[in-house]
Amino acid sequence: MAPLLEVDGLVKRFGGFTALNRVSLAVRAGERFGLIGPNGSGKTTLINCVSGALPVDGGSIRFGGRDITQLAAHQRTRLGLVRSFQIPKPFSSMTVAQNLAIPLEYAAAGRSGASEGDDIADILRGMGLEPKAHLRPAGLTQIEMRKLELARAMAARPKLLISDEAMAGLSSAEVDDILTILFRLNEQGITIIMIEHIMRAVMRFSERIVVLDAGERIAEGSPDEIVRNPAVEKAYLGE
Amino acid sequence: MFAWDLLANAVVAGVLIGGFYAAVSLGVGLIFGLLDIANIAQPAFVILGAYAAYVMNSAYGMDPILSGLLFTPVFYLLGALVYRIYYGSFERRGEEALRGLVFFFGILFIMEVSLSLAFGVDYRLVQTAYTSKSYEVAGVGVAFRYLVPCVVGVGMTLGLYLFLGRTFYGRAIMAVSQDQLALRLMGANPIQIKTIAFGIGIAAASLAGALLISIAPVVPSTDRDYIGRMFAITVLGGMGSIGGTLVAAIVLGVAESLMATFFGPSWSLAVSFGILLLALAVRPSGLFGR
Amino acid sequence: MRALLVGLAVVVVGIGLAAVKVNPYLYFAGYVILQYVVIATAWNILGGYAGYVNFGTSAFFAIGAYTAVFLIKSVKAPLPVLILAGGLVAALLGLGIGYLTLRLRGTFFSIATLALSVVLQTMIINWEYVGGSRGLSVIRPSGPPFGSYVVFLFTVMVGLAVASVLIARFIERSWIGRGLAALRDNEEAAECMGVPTLRLKLFATTVSGFLLGVAGAPFPYYVTFVEPNSAFALDYAVNALAMPMIGGTTSWIGPVIGAILLGSASQLATVTISSEMNLFIVGVVLVAFVVLAPEGLLGLARRLRGR
Repeated sequence: MAPLLEVDGLVKRFGGFTALNRVSLAVRAGERFGLIGPNGSGKTTLINCVSGALPVDGGSIRFGGRDITQLAAHQRTRLGLVRSFQIPKPFSSMTVAQNLAIPLEYAAAGRSGASEGDDIADILRGMGLEPKAHLRPAGLTQIEMRKLELARAMAARPKLLISDEAMAGLSSAEVDDILTILFRLNEQGITIIMIEHIMRAVMRFSERIVVLDAGERIAEGSPDEIVRNPAVEKAYLGE
Repeated sequence: MFAWDLLANAVVAGVLIGGFYAAVSLGVGLIFGLLDIANIAQPAFVILGAYAAYVMNSAYGMDPILSGLLFTPVFYLLGALVYRIYYGSFERRGEEALRGLVFFFGILFIMEVSLSLAFGVDYRLVQTAYTSKSYEVAGVGVAFRYLVPCVVGVGMTLGLYLFLGRTFYGRAIMAVSQDQLALRLMGANPIQIKTIAFGIGIAAASLAGALLISIAPVVPSTDRDYIGRMFAITVLGGMGSIGGTLVAAIVLGVAESLMATFFGPSWSLAVSFGILLLALAVRPSGLFGR
Repeated sequence: MRALLVGLAVVVVGIGLAAVKVNPYLYFAGYVILQYVVIATAWNILGGYAGYVNFGTSAFFAIGAYTAVFLIKSVKAPLPVLILAGGLVAALLGLGIGYLTLRLRGTFFSIATLALSVVLQTMIINWEYVGGSRGLSVIRPSGPPFGSYVVFLFTVMVGLAVASVLIARFIERSWIGRGLAALRDNEEAAECMGVPTLRLKLFATTVSGFLLGVAGAPFPYYVTFVEPNSAFALDYAVNALAMPMIGGTTSWIGPVIGAILLGSASQLATVTISSEMNLFIVGVVLVAFVVLAPEGLLGLARRLRGR
């Protein structure tokens, strides 16, 4: 079966600096995919290119068999390629529920299930955010903001969800909380790419992992294989 | 028969006025180019500098460049104050996009109207020792009125360039535009650095305004003519490149001069606007930008 | 639908005021204040709803006015045509500027609009057909309703003010308005949540431009002598900012409140002190509000109610 997401030879430069040097990867539908690498390895740049926030300088991106390299970000979202942000970017003038109404209205139009109100309530309940539905994001705690990011991404009815460091800075219990949510989403059929620094989360969650370092793919395999890979160890710990 | 001498005169005039434009744009190059603060009130500060020079010239016969230099510390403090208000009201809260712009527009407006109330709408000019002097070089006339501001403008550009590259505070200013965290780790306070940079940008306006009134008479609304020019030069030159600012200023000066010579002087403002739009559309990071 | 009825009622009141022939100054002042309701509302569609600041309000207003001048002089077009044409040309201007700058940061859009006024004024000054720098006299059509053309223009402006407020309100409450609010709050997130940000921004710029042009189209008949300095006056730019800031930028009500309050106060100040001083005060009020009460009176009211 063809992969859901295919990144082929992606190149991205910032002035004279090459952030991504012919990076390729493929994610199968329904897969739990991990993307790791030391700081500055190009993970976020890769995600920005895939989601459409940044134009690429070379290579191609295919989603569901379709070339999306030239598509605007909002068009990719409408196809079901959704990302959450590392630093939460809520719509601050709207309530939590209204935050979800935006992607539901714009990205999931025609693809949503029952009435819009029900959908929002369901998603919020699944995240444990329902009591806060009528609050502004300013009234949320750190982990609630992260959950809002994921909830908002859910409201866009993703086929593929890219979770960008959703667990950074959270306590151990909170990390498990988010992990449970992501597992549940995957069970519902959503392909998930997880970008994280918290190794135990990535190892537990991922079926397959790709490791980036200095803009290049240096390893790929199951969590066990990655852990034992000397190139990966060198990338994280240095020579 | 192509008018070579007309062309030569136009180009020389353009280069000279370009040097002056560089002086005028230094403040924006520093504040907008490096600090990324859209200080659209800069032209008003330049006009304020021009009027300060006028007052000193008409009351005490002081040479405008001298008074421009004299007022530099005052303008520096004014700039520092304005930045502190801007920082406290907007930057700290992350609201700088919409409200910061409106704030600076308000400042621009208040300054222009205040000057109108204080000085009226008659043109004001200065008398200097060299106002009417000029000499000829290879058949091309070079007026002192243009030459002196050009030289001062180039000097200011060089001075700022050296300051940014060779002194601690200068390098700190370059650093604050690129990596605030690293700056903090170095023990410098980004807010203090930005205050200094903003102050310098406004201080430059004092001297630039003095040069302006040496070249041509001013009215309070003259600031509007320079908005397009300052930002066109800063964008074209590459946000944050001081050397690029000088090159872009000369390019704009020559373009305006050629336009004025061959199509009429009233179109020169359209040139800067056109260059601004072109630069934004084609290469927003400018000729030398990062 | 209730909004339409309220709007209609306001128009009827306006016509009633016109028929009753009160103090003539009321119609002159009323025209200006209603004109500002249109201007402030128009500005706010882009500035308040989308978060993109247009400093070149004077340019759009003047383009509407000079389109009207051109059509009056060339074909003696009737007022409805002037209004529509003025709006369309200004809308095109908005679309053009938007297309050139809206893919970049909002700051560049704002800077471009600031430079726009100056450039457009230069072009009009060079256009002899519409009077150039000397200006042009315009003769009002004869036999106006209510006997006086100014009174007639007053009722027209009532209608335009109601129409523009209804348009703004409609946009605000529609899916477009919600999308604009999302892109105002966080453009990157909005785009990634499926909001076509560029298209919405262009829409807002075009509609805003249209209404500004509409506000300017009756201007030649109001003043009867059109010259660039008054058509491009900085008053329009600063008031277009100050009125929504004072009233509150997130809703259609804000610009209306701001226009009525500031417009009336300005009329008073111009008459009792001087128009220069009035401008100075407006500038100070603008800065005061943006620093101290950026959410305007609506925001203050919301805070007092504890929401």
